Amino acid sequence: MSQPIVPQKTYVMVFLGLIGLTILTTGVAFVDLGPLNTVAALAIAFAKMLLVILFFMGVRHSSGLVRIILVAGFFWLALLIAFTMSDYRTRSWTPAPDSWSTTAPPTHP
Amino acid sequence: MTDAEARAQNAGLAHQFEDLEQQQEADALGIWVFLVTEIMFFGGLFAAYAIYRWLYFPAFQGGSHILDIRLGAANTIVLLASSLTMALSVRSAQTGNRRALVLFLVATMILGGIFLGVKAYEYNQKFVEHVVPSLDWAPEGQTLARLAPGGLGHAEMYFIFYFAMTGLHALHMIIGMGLLLWLVLRARKGSFTPQYFAPVEVVGLYWHFVDIVWIFLFPLLYLIGGRY
Repeated sequence: MSQPIVPQKTYVMVFLGLIGLTILTTGVAFVDLGPLNTVAALAIAFAKMLLVILFFMGVRHSSGLVRIILVAGFFWLALLIAFTMSDYRTRSWTPAPDSWSTTAPPTHP
Repeated sequence: MTDAEARAQNAGLAHQFEDLEQQQEADALGIWVFLVTEIMFFGGLFAAYAIYRWLYFPAFQGGSHILDIRLGAANTIVLLASSLTMALSVRSAQTGNRRALVLFLVATMILGGIFLGVKAYEYNQKFVEHVVPSLDWAPEGQTLARLAPGGLGHAEMYFIFYFAMTGLHALHMIIGMGLLLWLVLRARKGSFTPQYFAPVEVVGLYWHFVDIVWIFLFPLLYLIGGRY
């Protein structure tokens, strides 16, 4: 195969980095950062994901085609979450008129 | 075609490919496209989770505090270790070290088994605490005190996500264990060479993907809103 053979030491260092980040994210959960707790947890998870993708999955040495497919996947996931959340979060901005109330079932003639 | 015949013919090159490099490109591309569909598969759950976590935040925080953070963190480390041994399996296949390949694959299976064992114990704890949605939902005592402020119905929603997301993840792990067993059996027969080890690499990519899902599940389920 065309992929270069990565030294064992690299994998072990990446693994130690992942362990360090796991301990960090667990520790940060016990510190009150307000809304930043969620941001920190997701940022650390994202960093861990990058380590796994680039080193363990070898995307560092992958072809451009593989990278485009991977980025497209995450782009679509971002669209899914961003558009869904922007819908739910802005519904209260424009309340439906009272006349639209559907508490009573519609009557059919 | 049997493995022996494949090896006899230019070491595992399938007839539709020009050379091994092109075959390897196609193998990698195929599994990556599959993994992207998996991202979208789990993505639907993550999006639904994001909505309900926002709508029912106090209940999600209460539910999260029922989980044992030590077991979650320990299991994360176990799974990361299995990713390390999986990466080393692929490396052993690249270097043609059959003994190391089998050893690392078996180590990956053992670590995956430990993860699933801890997960089974955690699931059992949910039955002990009666926080299994619809099957055994009757939290009491301290558990009830933690869940009540966010509303019991909303807390039940948290546990529905907990079981759906960790359950789907565990199902992927079980499939991965089956694939690993298949690799061990083939590796013992000597089916893989430094020229041909695509199955090891492809299963490796799948295994790392499942690891990444857990990397996100751990903070999203166990670490909601902090533990201070």
